Amino acid sequence: MADSDQLERPAPDARPQRDWAAALGTQAGTARKAIEPDLLRTDLYVKGKTVHNKRIDGPLRRFKWAVMLVTLTIYYALPWIRWDRGPYAPDQAVLVDLAGRRFYMFDIEIWPHEFYFVAGLLIMAGIGLFLVTSAVGRAWCGYACPQTVWTDVFQHVDRFFDGDRNARMKLDAAPWTAAKTVRRLAKWSVYLAIAFWTGGAWIMYFADAPTLTRDFWSGEAAPVAYATVAVLTGTTFWLGGFMREQVCIYMCPWPRIQTAMLDEKSLIVTYKDWRGEERGSLKKAAKHPERYGDCIDCQLCVAVCPTGVDIRNGQQIGCITCGLCIDACDRVMREVGRPRGLIDYATLEQCEAEAAGAPAQPAWKALLRFRTLVYLGVWSAIGAGLLFALGTRAHTGLTVAQDRNPPFMLLKDGSVRNAYTLRLRNMEARPRAMTLALEGLPAGAVMWTEAVSLENAARAQSVTVPANATQVLRAYVMLPPGSHADGFAFRLTSDDEQGETARVETTFAMPGDDQ
Amino acid sequence: MANKRIDEPTGTETVGHEWDGIEELNTPLPRWWLYTFYATIAFAAVYVVLYPAWPMIDRATGGTLGWSSRGQLAAEMRAADAARAGIRAEIAATPIEALPANPQLMQAAVAGGAAAFKVNCAACHGAGAAGAPGYPNLNDDDWLWGGTLSDIQTTITHGVRWDAAPETRINLMPAFDGMLDSAELDAIAGHVLSLNGKGKPSAAGAQLYADNCAACHGPGGGGMAAMGVPALNDAIWLFGGSAADIKRQVGNPRHGVMPAWKDRLDPVTIKMLAAFVHSRGGGQGPAPAAAAAAPQAPAPDVASAKKAESDG
Repeated sequence: MADSDQLERPAPDARPQRDWAAALGTQAGTARKAIEPDLLRTDLYVKGKTVHNKRIDGPLRRFKWAVMLVTLTIYYALPWIRWDRGPYAPDQAVLVDLAGRRFYMFDIEIWPHEFYFVAGLLIMAGIGLFLVTSAVGRAWCGYACPQTVWTDVFQHVDRFFDGDRNARMKLDAAPWTAAKTVRRLAKWSVYLAIAFWTGGAWIMYFADAPTLTRDFWSGEAAPVAYATVAVLTGTTFWLGGFMREQVCIYMCPWPRIQTAMLDEKSLIVTYKDWRGEERGSLKKAAKHPERYGDCIDCQLCVAVCPTGVDIRNGQQIGCITCGLCIDACDRVMREVGRPRGLIDYATLEQCEAEAAGAPAQPAWKALLRFRTLVYLGVWSAIGAGLLFALGTRAHTGLTVAQDRNPPFMLLKDGSVRNAYTLRLRNMEARPRAMTLALEGLPAGAVMWTEAVSLENAARAQSVTVPANATQVLRAYVMLPPGSHADGFAFRLTSDDEQGETARVETTFAMPGDDQ
Repeated sequence: MANKRIDEPTGTETVGHEWDGIEELNTPLPRWWLYTFYATIAFAAVYVVLYPAWPMIDRATGGTLGWSSRGQLAAEMRAADAARAGIRAEIAATPIEALPANPQLMQAAVAGGAAAFKVNCAACHGAGAAGAPGYPNLNDDDWLWGGTLSDIQTTITHGVRWDAAPETRINLMPAFDGMLDSAELDAIAGHVLSLNGKGKPSAAGAQLYADNCAACHGPGGGGMAAMGVPALNDAIWLFGGSAADIKRQVGNPRHGVMPAWKDRLDPVTIKMLAAFVHSRGGGQGPAPAAAAAAPQAPAPDVASAKKAESDG
C-alpha cells in the first residue's frame, strides 16, 4: 500500500534515471533508498487519494474522445443490430445463445463442437495484446480498456456536477453540508444510472435484445439476468466511480505483465529530462537562463493525469500512457514559446539518442520492429487459419452410437438386429433433405428408423433434418439369417447443391461375437 | 506480559512474549480479512436463527424458515411433478393407439417410460430390456401376449398369472413328466427343434407332438398369441433352446409371473411404459405405419428448433 504514497511524492532526486531497469520499475530508482526507512514505518492502511484530474483539450484528448465514442457505441449498440438469417435462426447480429448453445456473429455461427474458433479468437486477443504492446506500448491501457473508458466517463460526470479540479478538491475537503449531500447524491445517482445501463447492456448479448428488455422490465426475465445486471452495476459503480486508477495500480495484472514486456524500444510517454531540467519558473529562468531547462514546473502534467502520476519521475506502473500530459505540456510550451514535445511519445532508446544530440524521430518509426512483425505474423497466421477453417467447414455432420445393452437382438426368423443412435447435424438455417445409407453390408441387410418403418426398410432412406439443429434418429439395421458382417459405415449425404457427405464407420454385433 | 514494547526496526508493537530471545510482532490483521471475519460471525448468527443449527436431544433446532433437506426434496419433486403435469394430462387423455400419431407426445411417453422402466422393470427384464432366461426379452419381435401398444398396456396393467388381478393374463401348460416317459419327451423335444430347422425329426416325435402339443401350439408350432401360447418354430426360446432345455420344459413347465402394475403405478405411467417397451424395436401393430405417416416435423420457428436436440 505504500506505493500510493510514493506516487504522490516527488523523488528527492527529481532527475529521472536513465538506467532502463530502474526506469521501467515501479518508481524512480534512487528514490527507493531515500524512502525506505520511512516506508517501514508506514501505516498498513494507507488511504487512497482521490485523483481530481483537470480538464485538458488537445489532439490526444480528442483521440481519446473518439475511441470512447467508438468503444461505447459498440458496447451499447451492438446487440441491437438486426441480421436476417431466415425464419429458422435468430435475427440478432451478435448473440451468445448459451441456452441454445450457439454463438452468432453476423454471418458466422459457431456450434459447441466448433469451440476451437472461440479458443482461436481468445488466443488472437492474447497475442493481439502483445502485438499492441510491442507496437504502441500501453495503448490498450490508455485508450481502449473498459476500466479506462468508464473511469473517463465517471470523471466527466464529476466535472459536470462539481466543476474542474480545484472546485472538486475544495468540495472534497468541505464539510458535509446539505448542499454537498444533495450534490453527492445527485452525482452518485448518475453514476448508478450509467452503471446500471452498463450492466443492462451486457445481458443483451445473451438473448434477443428487444424481448429481453421487455421481459426485464415486466419481471419475467431469468433470475440470472437480474443477478448479472446487479453484479455488473455494482462493479461498474464501484470500480468506475470510486476505485478508478487503483484498479490499474493494485488490482489489474496487465500493467505488471506489461512492465515485463516493455523494453528500450517500446513506445512510452516520456519526459525529456535533458531538455526540461533543471525545472524553474519563467521568472527564475529569466534571471538564470543558463541554469534552468524548459520545464517551468507548472504541474499541469500532474493535474491532468487521470491516474495522478507525475510523468517527470519516469516510467511507472500508474502511467497508462493516455497522453493527456502531452496535450497539457504542449499547450504550456506553446504559451511560453518553447518547442513542443517536452513530454512526448518516445522510446527510451530514442530518448538516449536525443539526449546525445540526435534529432527527434517521428513516433511511427518505433512501430517497425522485428518483434512487432513476428507478433503480427503469428496473429495474422492464426486469423487466416481460423478464416480458412470457417470457409471450409462442413455444415453436415453425423455421429453414431451403437447400442451396448443389448448389443444385438435375435429375431424370430433368426435374423439379427443391431440398434444405433444417430445424430444428424444440419448447420444450415433451413431444413435439409438428406440421404442416410448403409455401406459395406452383405445383400439383404436393411435399415429402418422411426421415420421409415420396418415394412419400408431399405439400404438407404431420406431424412429431413430440421434447420440449425441436430436430429437424433434411432436406426435399426438387420442382417438376414446366415449372413455375417464385421464392420460397415453409415453415410449421410445432403440432397442439395452442396452435396456434403459425412461417413462414420461402425460395427455390427452378432450372436457369438463375444464368446 | 509486561514486556510489550515497540520493536525498533519495524515500529510495530510486540505481543509481549519472549522465548529464548524470540519475540513476535503484534502485526494487525489485514482489514479486509478482519471485516470478512466479522461478516462470517454475523452470517452465522443469522443462520442459526433461520436454519436448523443447535443439536438437541433427539433433533436439531428447527430454524424459523422451517427448512429441511427432506422438505426441500419433497418440494423439488412436487415442482417436477407440476412441470410434468401438463404432458401427463395430455397422455392420459390420449388413447394409447393414438399416441404414435403425435410424435412429440410419443417421445415424451417413451422418455417417461424409460425412466419408469429403470425403477420398476429392469430388475427382471434387465436395464437394456433384453430379459434373461425365464424373463422375456422386450426388444425382439416375439410377443407372448401380443406386441401392439394396447396389448402391452394390458399385460403391464393386469400382469401375468397374477392371482390378485382378475383380468390377469393366464395360461398353464400341463406337466408331461409322468404322462410321458423320458424317451417320449426326447422325441417331442427333437420334433420341436425340427420345427425350427434344427434337431432330428422323427415319426414318433411328430405323432407325440400332434397328440399332445398341437392343440395349443399349432400343428406347425406357430403358437396362439391370443392365449399367450409361445411359438415353437422361431429362433427365440424363453427357457432355453437346447434339446435338454426343451425336454425339461415339456416335462416340468415353468411359468413366468409378472405383477399387475395397476395396483402400483398410475395409468399414465403404465401407458408410458407400454410406449417405451413398444419403442424398443419389436413393437407391432398399426403403430409403425402411423409413425411413418407422421412428418418428422421440421421446426417451424426458432423456439421449437431449439427443442430439437441441439448439441454438436
